[in-house]
Amino acid sequence: MSAIHIPALRFGVPYRSVDTLSTTGAQVSQVNSGLIRRDMLRIADAAAELQDIPSKRLLAICHDAGEFFLSGRVPVGDAGQEQTADDYVRQTSASCGLPHALVRNNMGKIAHVLLEMGAILKGLTRGLDLSVLDAGMGEQQGVPVSFYRTADSLGVVLPSNSPGVNSLWIPAIALKVPVALKPGRDDPWTPYRIAQSLIAAGCPRSALSFYPTSHEGAHALLAAAGRSLLFGDASITKRYAGDPRVELHGPGYSKVLIGADRIEGWRDLIEVLASSVAANGGRSCINASTIIVPAHGRELAAALARRLAEVIPRDADDPQAVLAGFANPVMAESINAAIDHDLEEPGAIDLSAQARATPRLLQHQGRTFLQPTVVFCQSSGHALANREFLFPYCSVLEMPQDEMLSRIGPSLVVSAITDDHAWRRELLASPLIHRLNLGAMPTSHVHWDQPHEGNLFEVLYRRRAVQTVA
Amino acid sequence: MNAPYASPAHRPASAAAVAAAAKKLDAHVRAIVSWHFSPATGSPFWLEWARKARWNPAKEVKGFKDLLRFPNFADDLLRDEPNERWVPKAYAKRPYMIFETGGTTGMPKQRVSWQDHLIDYSEFSLTLEDRYFPKNSHWLMAGPTGPRRLRLAIEHLANIRGGSCYHLDLDPRWVKRCLGKGDYAQAEAYKEHVVDQAITILRNRKNIHCLFTTPKILEAMAERTSLVGLGIKGVFCGGTSMTPQVVRFLSEEVLEGKAQFVPTYGNTLMGLACSLPVSANDGWSVTYHAPQPRAVLRVVNPDDATQDVAVGAWGRVELTTLTKEFFMPRLLERDEAMRKQPTARYPWDGVADVRPFGAQSGKIIEGVY
Repeated sequence: MSAIHIPALRFGVPYRSVDTLSTTGAQVSQVNSGLIRRDMLRIADAAAELQDIPSKRLLAICHDAGEFFLSGRVPVGDAGQEQTADDYVRQTSASCGLPHALVRNNMGKIAHVLLEMGAILKGLTRGLDLSVLDAGMGEQQGVPVSFYRTADSLGVVLPSNSPGVNSLWIPAIALKVPVALKPGRDDPWTPYRIAQSLIAAGCPRSALSFYPTSHEGAHALLAAAGRSLLFGDASITKRYAGDPRVELHGPGYSKVLIGADRIEGWRDLIEVLASSVAANGGRSCINASTIIVPAHGRELAAALARRLAEVIPRDADDPQAVLAGFANPVMAESINAAIDHDLEEPGAIDLSAQARATPRLLQHQGRTFLQPTVVFCQSSGHALANREFLFPYCSVLEMPQDEMLSRIGPSLVVSAITDDHAWRRELLASPLIHRLNLGAMPTSHVHWDQPHEGNLFEVLYRRRAVQTVA
Repeated sequence: MNAPYASPAHRPASAAAVAAAAKKLDAHVRAIVSWHFSPATGSPFWLEWARKARWNPAKEVKGFKDLLRFPNFADDLLRDEPNERWVPKAYAKRPYMIFETGGTTGMPKQRVSWQDHLIDYSEFSLTLEDRYFPKNSHWLMAGPTGPRRLRLAIEHLANIRGGSCYHLDLDPRWVKRCLGKGDYAQAEAYKEHVVDQAITILRNRKNIHCLFTTPKILEAMAERTSLVGLGIKGVFCGGTSMTPQVVRFLSEEVLEGKAQFVPTYGNTLMGLACSLPVSANDGWSVTYHAPQPRAVLRVVNPDDATQDVAVGAWGRVELTTLTKEFFMPRLLERDEAMRKQPTARYPWDGVADVRPFGAQSGKIIEGVY
């Protein structure tokens, strides 16, 4: 395949910028912030075009797009090149560092959302008859209802961690809201392939804008879009804290809590814990970064470290590979140095260092890896007690069960392994927990009828009272 | 076969032209250094500096290369030294103007001036094309005002071209302060306030065909209305770095491919570095050339500013100002740029695609999201 230049898409039309950025395998057009602002002045026209398409047709488009995405040849680059599914896996793996197996896994998640859009919307809308969105009003359970769009566009500032997060914005198309996507630096491939799959399936081009851009461009997008999803670290998301137009997806600080009633059986939970920490290469915000137990903390941490020591760097195309490499080795080195620095503070021990014969930072087949790391912390105040890194990392803390809820802090996902009815009620009442898994279930387990983080329908639509003369 | 250059002005300079420009620069350096370091004409600051340095620049500087004997100029001197210390003795009885650069809090950097800003803009006027910046038409100055020389310089530019200049109020320090505090809403509101003023003038006053502004304000104005539709034919822009894509966007979309976009690189200390005409033929890259011999720009090795980088390589921008009013050797700007070869129009080095120094260094992100 000849050198690929991935253009921006302005209302679905390729635009080759003068400014470009290299990612592994491609040059990517970089657009300026003013261009985004100027385009967004015209986004209402795209919303109107999408509004005129019946929901039933949009579901069919999404379904066909799912098939294109999973196995089709779609345009990539601006020189007439096409991309097969295998090309996509190789290219994404090379630029993001995920092994092929994980890219395919993520690909499946994305395709599932496209193929099953009807069921996804059923979950998001709690069973609303989608013809209500076509007509603006209708009936639900015999009661007149009306919903209106709160925005003409959904801006999405995406990360490069893992392609799967793209599944969160896709329902916007079926909900008749055009999207403007800012890809993560290392993963232009996924949103571009989804957009091209939707176009190939018959989605209006105008509903799909793709703007590789700088931080400044991202801020312009967030300022101009009616509603947005923002993935980013605290330095980026804090600017939008309290902005009702922007749904923040920062670090998850997801956790596993084990109740006093289940802790004696901790040996049986090691697989659930390992999966919570290391599924998807530890690259999701729903991966656990802290495990809190009322007893046996050190023993549990050591056993988990031994289990995770089996997760080793492998070739990108090894079907057994689960650990992701770093496209930017400097990032891996910096994370490694940060952990080593904080381990100098008394009160924490790296049990993984004892469980494997190799260092945490490792080169394999020319790629840089950080191997799974389990740190036992004696106190929740330790610098490593509540941290989240871009690889399988977790701390293990020991504290009485009745202190846990007051110490966990905001947590995207909590898997609470307990049958204690009273404590379950406390967990259900906690405003700190975004998604609660009750029972021995990995934090990374997702049911799509239970929206992952926020509810896109509630972000994009508002219900109004409606009365008509009979 | 077409010449591989964006315009005749972009052709490489001949060796003879480069040598002639260098010779002229060396003669100018000798005259200016002699002026500032001679007791009869020099300034208290530089005369004292020479005494402490124990060498006599007036006698020992024979050309531009000899200026490497000066260390990089510390711009804090412009904040800390009383302005009287910079006044050449020859101008001692003439009241001076004080212009400021940058600044958000505390004492700003200042320089003294009498005619330099007028000379710089008179020379710049000669580079403007009359069909885009028509003679006898009016200007709107939608840029920083207050203690900056731009306020007077743009009005002078309008006047010597036969027009008048409309102004608005714009305090960039307030914007910087808002951004520094993370008050983005206030900064945005202030931008709207500025744009309101500008568009009100354009809509209510006729014969304004020329505009000075910054890229951000230009974009914001054009998000409200068609500037070409309001009669704008030429825009002279300065103030911040512009990537080739930004230049293309401003030319093709903001100005609709109809009005001319003229980017410049300058500040209170330098004067005005002009660009070669920008176009798609040159990849929308902007190359600036200092107003030599009155000012000289070098692109230097950041680790050893006595060394120029090779043509085509990136380095830090170093400015030397050489006028009778102001001598400032080897100030390291807070910008980096690519060194470009001398051209037919400007037979001395150019600096291209200027951006903030260190703009390419990364940061470490923690967390998974």
